Amino acid sequence: MNRRAARRTGWNAVGLLVFVVAVFPVFWMVSTAFKTDDQINALTPTWFPTHPTLRHFRDALDKPYFWADVKNSIIVVVFTVGIAMVLAFLAAVALSKYRFTGRKLFIILVIGVQMLPGAGLIIPLYVVLARFHEVNTLTGVILVYLTGALPFSVWTLRGFIIGIPKELEEAAMVDGSTRFGAFTRILLPLVAPGLVATSVFAFITSWNEYIFARVLLNDGSKQTITVWLSYFLGTSRQTDWGALMAASTLTAIPVVIFFLLIQRRIAFGLTAGAVRG
Amino acid sequence: MATAAGTTTKWSRQRPLSMRRLGRGAVPYALVAPVVVVMGAILGYPLYSLVRLSLDRYGLFELIQHKGVYIGLKNFGSVLHDSVFWHTLVRTIVFAAANVGLTMVIGTLIALLLVQISTWVRLLVTAGLVLVWSMPPVVAVQVWNWMTNVQNGVLNYVLTELHFGNYFQHNWYTSPFSQLSMVTTLIVWGALPFVVITVYAALSQVPRELVEAAEIDGARSWRVFKDVTVPVITPVLLILTSLSILWDFGVFTQPYLLIGQPHITTGNYLMGIYLFEQGYVSANFGRGAAISILMLVIVAALSVVYVRRMIRIGEVT
Repeated sequence: MNRRAARRTGWNAVGLLVFVVAVFPVFWMVSTAFKTDDQINALTPTWFPTHPTLRHFRDALDKPYFWADVKNSIIVVVFTVGIAMVLAFLAAVALSKYRFTGRKLFIILVIGVQMLPGAGLIIPLYVVLARFHEVNTLTGVILVYLTGALPFSVWTLRGFIIGIPKELEEAAMVDGSTRFGAFTRILLPLVAPGLVATSVFAFITSWNEYIFARVLLNDGSKQTITVWLSYFLGTSRQTDWGALMAASTLTAIPVVIFFLLIQRRIAFGLTAGAVRG
Repeated sequence: MATAAGTTTKWSRQRPLSMRRLGRGAVPYALVAPVVVVMGAILGYPLYSLVRLSLDRYGLFELIQHKGVYIGLKNFGSVLHDSVFWHTLVRTIVFAAANVGLTMVIGTLIALLLVQISTWVRLLVTAGLVLVWSMPPVVAVQVWNWMTNVQNGVLNYVLTELHFGNYFQHNWYTSPFSQLSMVTTLIVWGALPFVVITVYAALSQVPRELVEAAEIDGARSWRVFKDVTVPVITPVLLILTSLSILWDFGVFTQPYLLIGQPHITTGNYLMGIYLFEQGYVSANFGRGAAISILMLVIVAALSVVYVRRMIRIGEVT
């Protein structure tokens, strides 16, 4: 029995080591953001910000285009998620409630499209959007993000709708409700958590997206926040690490918050949808 | 539409064909239509253009004219005769294999560890992993830049302090191997949470009675693991592996930003970067389209296992 306890203590120590190593980069980012320049540039690192300062955050916020690009990111995300949720929900209802010719083909398309690597699509999407003068516009980016958000959302929402017992709807219809009435009063409220989880996930992937925004948006004032952050390193030899880490923290905060919100659903719901954050 | 109405007879009461029933049969199509139309417009048309582009000479001039010059299979010929393409392909395969291997092995080991440890440690580790999972790739790249910088990166400090050697002002970005190794640490770190949490979820599906029964029958822990645990988590490991292969093969953001655009050379190209540089940056869209098609064909071949599995899930339910 004693040996068993000792073994568990050993494993716990390994677990704690895994935790420390995994979390360290995040800790280092936040810690650096609050340190003074002297502490940051010293050859021997200071682990904790002993004299915390908000100066780096101010520097980051004062950088050109920060607010403009945050606004762009929000616009892109809101439209992508809004459109994707409405359209994907309808398709998900069709997939989970009806059997119809072409259903299998549709499933193949939904899954197959998710497998297309983004890098492989930059050339045709860039050329086609240039043809319709949608390069360097947020509309173009929203359209491109929909190609990613739609199939994923259809697939995930389908999983959530299937989880709702058919009997509930049928009972409502027996009680004289119309199919539409059963839909709005029974199905919709029950799927709501699924809709929230799916839209948060679509939010995160659009907020984090880099390559298409980089290719499609050229003006500093028209970029998204991830592209803004990627240009932060600058050309000068001396990087302002404090401000860079403050900017990184600011970029990550919305994602972290939303991620923690849906965290419980991720493990079970999204392994079926299979998307990595 | 007639066939659609025909299939409805399978589950609705037999009734003479009426307008109402025809309307019923149309419902799923109406529901699916918006997604199909949007996807067709913003993906189908570009994919068609991709094939057209790959057969054209299409540079900046043609981009402004909105019209390419047909040159047949010359783009494919030039790519396939380019030694850079083959080197990049081999490098990308080795890179993806290393990343997938490390992600899956370390991920599975951590998941197995989670089963062994006390609840409070498990909760702590899981919370930490979710935090890591939520880091945007571009943010992670910048943190890596900071941690591994030449002047006073914390990685060099820690390695030196732990007596792994003298890493004072060691530059991690001098050779392609060293550069790509750093990219691998970044990618594996970012990919682990998804793998660990999914495998752990699968592990908790292993029936306790089975394990106990095997132990009573005198099976050693290794036998129990091999004959009871492994069969249960194999399907999950298969899906995760094939997904990781796809992701790591097409990776762009992490290598492009961590190595840094000025340091990108033909010597450290990965497939996504090769395509980006030769198609988009040098504005040779026809050639870029040919590379894209080759890449998509490879990815399609790689994804067969995953897609077939998912379709089976969709079929059953």
